[in-house]
Amino acid sequence: MIRTTPFHERLAPLNRTGLWQHWSGHLAAVKYQMDDKFEYFAVRNAAGIVDTSPLYKYRITGHDAEAFLAGVLTRDIRLCRDGQAQYTLWCDDSGHIVEDGVVFRYSSDHFLLTSAEPNLAWFSDRIGRQRVLIEDVSAQYGSLALQGPRSRGILAALDDAVGGLGFFHHTPAKMGGAAVNVSRTGYTGDLGYEVWVEADDANAVFDAIVDASAGQGVIPVGMSALLMLRIEAGLVLIDVDFHSSRFAYTDEERTTPVELGFGWMLKDIATTDRAFIGRDAIRRELTDGTSRWRMVGLKVDWQDWDRRYRAEGIIPPKDEHPVVWEMMLYDDGMERVGYTTSFMYSPALQRHIAMARVRPHLAAPGSKVHLEVTINHRYQTVACEVARPPLFNPARKTAAASTTNPAGASA
Amino acid sequence: MTASRTYDAIVIGGGHNGLVNGAYLAKSGLRTLILERRHLVGGAAITEELMPGFHFTTFSYAVSLLRPDIIHELDLVKHGYFPLLMPHSFAPADDGGHITLSKDRNLTIQEISRHSRRDADAYDQYGHDMAQIVQALKPLFDSVPPNLFSGQAEDALALADLAKHLKGLPQRVLHNIVRLLTGSAADFLDDYFEGELLKGLLSSSGIIGTKVGPRSQGSGVVLLFHNMGEQDGVFGNWGFHKGGNGGLTQVLARAAQSFGAEIKLEAAVSKVLTTNGRTTGVVLADGTELHAPVVVSALDPRRTFPELVEPRELPEDLVENIQRYKFQGTSSKVNFALDGLPEFPGLDGTQFRGFTNIAPSMDYLERAFDEAKYGWYSSKPYLDCCIQSTIDPDMAPAGKHVMSCFTHYTPYKLKGSDWDTERDNLGDTVQRRLEELFPGFSKLVLRREVVTPLDIERTVGLSEGNIFAGELMSPQLYFFRPAPGWNQYRTPIHGYYQCGSGTHPGGCVTGGPGRLASQQIVRDLARSGPAAGAAAGG
Repeated sequence: MIRTTPFHERLAPLNRTGLWQHWSGHLAAVKYQMDDKFEYFAVRNAAGIVDTSPLYKYRITGHDAEAFLAGVLTRDIRLCRDGQAQYTLWCDDSGHIVEDGVVFRYSSDHFLLTSAEPNLAWFSDRIGRQRVLIEDVSAQYGSLALQGPRSRGILAALDDAVGGLGFFHHTPAKMGGAAVNVSRTGYTGDLGYEVWVEADDANAVFDAIVDASAGQGVIPVGMSALLMLRIEAGLVLIDVDFHSSRFAYTDEERTTPVELGFGWMLKDIATTDRAFIGRDAIRRELTDGTSRWRMVGLKVDWQDWDRRYRAEGIIPPKDEHPVVWEMMLYDDGMERVGYTTSFMYSPALQRHIAMARVRPHLAAPGSKVHLEVTINHRYQTVACEVARPPLFNPARKTAAASTTNPAGASA
Repeated sequence: MTASRTYDAIVIGGGHNGLVNGAYLAKSGLRTLILERRHLVGGAAITEELMPGFHFTTFSYAVSLLRPDIIHELDLVKHGYFPLLMPHSFAPADDGGHITLSKDRNLTIQEISRHSRRDADAYDQYGHDMAQIVQALKPLFDSVPPNLFSGQAEDALALADLAKHLKGLPQRVLHNIVRLLTGSAADFLDDYFEGELLKGLLSSSGIIGTKVGPRSQGSGVVLLFHNMGEQDGVFGNWGFHKGGNGGLTQVLARAAQSFGAEIKLEAAVSKVLTTNGRTTGVVLADGTELHAPVVVSALDPRRTFPELVEPRELPEDLVENIQRYKFQGTSSKVNFALDGLPEFPGLDGTQFRGFTNIAPSMDYLERAFDEAKYGWYSSKPYLDCCIQSTIDPDMAPAGKHVMSCFTHYTPYKLKGSDWDTERDNLGDTVQRRLEELFPGFSKLVLRREVVTPLDIERTVGLSEGNIFAGELMSPQLYFFRPAPGWNQYRTPIHGYYQCGSGTHPGGCVTGGPGRLASQQIVRDLARSGPAAGAAAGG
């Protein structure tokens, strides 16, 4: 029997569609109402509630916890202060990405790491003689994301500790009488928070958040809308935008942090004395310039898109539901120079956008590439421009509490 | 010359078309000034906070027809363009029945099938046929129409292109276009549907803003017009701009300013200056003269021609055609601030987020029209309502709501009374109708704003309160908007142009007139300087 999340009892009656999918062994609502695009807009214009409990959660404790993570994670955990969180990667010895996740630092001997896929064996096998304990606490906690411009006001009304919380910071708080941890993190690219609760407290916390949201246009948001939001936000998804090196058969399937656009995590790679898994390979990649790709954002030329379809007698499709198979990219000489990994029509940006990999010489914003589409069963190309992700990046996402984004100004 | 500054172009009127036009002119490098009579830009596309926290879309209330080219060419997304989804179109009936069309096709089919199984696939057929019609007409909608009367080679070429385009259309599409351009919405819809509730809902797009009933010839073209829009690529879909249409015109103003256009508020123009058949600028109500070789009027044809310039400066046939041009505004708005969500028996307000269409049948609409024919407003009016705060919660305080109710038919000229006398009675009529369908509605009302055709005329300046700056009827479209021979944004006065909804493609928040007029102006300037019409009409 597939498991349900700690919030299922509350969320199940709200799912008017009867549509569920499986996410890491749990039931997850595809959408709560037939118009998933309305859920998308709730996040962009009010706030949406997303049950993210199926994420794997590992508690990492012990005297050597920091040193251990500094050695296995690609990004330097020593730069993360207590009460902060880091988006991070872990790689193998060949410098290919195993997975990504968010690590929450409570203290030098206490961390919580989340990931989309199971990783207990991988991390445990790398402890060696260090004094570190890794526990899979996935089932003990639920996590509920409240994402969107109204999220701060709603959660701050429950506990002021949330009001001043900085981007990628977390804090203990109290909601619905329960002790929770609130982080300013999420998978939507908007202002947003995740509330981490003991499974037994899930109902009380859920009720408190729903009560505080009353009358503010807040609705539950399913996986379908979440996957639209994350593409605008430029947030990668395993098995879509990259594959775990552990389970890849060829290096073509693998990708490096630099190739996936995470060079910013490795600014000190040339000089650091931090030995971490994959360091030497990544150094060689950078020194020798062997990166094959760069992850970029793509903005499709709106008029060209429409023109190509119209010329074929077809009404130009504009579907916000992502295309998660590869679409090929060409340069002006029709050489194949990359491919999209996620593609969608963005309602916020009013054009098609993509997350894509291109050859490094075409990675500069403004570079022109041509996207292959099939129209009337024939290949055609549509003009695109390379842009720096995230393509949707409202100031409110990272802004301090005092500055509010003017209504509507979004990108 | 008393002018303190000179400009390359002055746009009269800061409504959406004036803003679009000014933005394009500024983008093309002209020093552009946009003059707005009121204290805020937007014209009939404004949002006003009439009670603290309650934002009313005083006049126009949804978006669909804004030309997609404008969104990208003026970089509107950067300036905050943000059309929200209106997920439902809900039509209640007095017997407790209801139908809801939504973005989800399966749900829509299921809903339609409850009333008629036959109508389910007929609805898909209707949508497909309409999309083909719109696809065929879109190039005409988005380009300067040819002048039938100029005798110029370029118009002859454009006409030949037009003929070629029409000849290239499938027979069924061309025939459908003619049926819509000349016939009634009822005749067209009757071929597809049998369900009265669905027909009431769909045919109401054939009467909005226009003095026709669904069975009048001429309602077909209105139906067509309201399907010419698109929302995220879906023809005929409507959205709600963040902050209402006032939010949209603020975006347009920011875009115009970003290209260097200057906007001057509380600057009513009393007259367009002309010397030897050429414009030199404008005179403001306070006597200030502002000079520019190009002056563009975003006002309606009656303001643009006989009011801003002396009729003796204009050809007689133009003066006569503008006199014959039909305004006859027939629409009002009643806006409510509500203490909570209205409930339809068996449904809660979250199940009709979007349009609520009070027209349970075509008979209902036709009867509502009957009263208008004889000079009175409908005792049971057609209402196109929207509880906008269920789409954009920033429109009202938490838990409270604003509801916009487009109200039809309310003729500008009342027989034996006037709108200052009838304003509250109209508000009562609308509120009574809503109470019938949503029991307890009146108890929710915190504030009511009634905007009659007379109020539209007084506040916005639209003659006779016509929301489209002149009726959308075939004799006033395309070759003939606003008058034969003057359909290319030029006027008989050199350098004086028109860009309001009284020009092609017409009313609604399309921005099309503003954009196309700017193309014409920029083209004229590149050739030989500000131009007059190629030849006098007729």
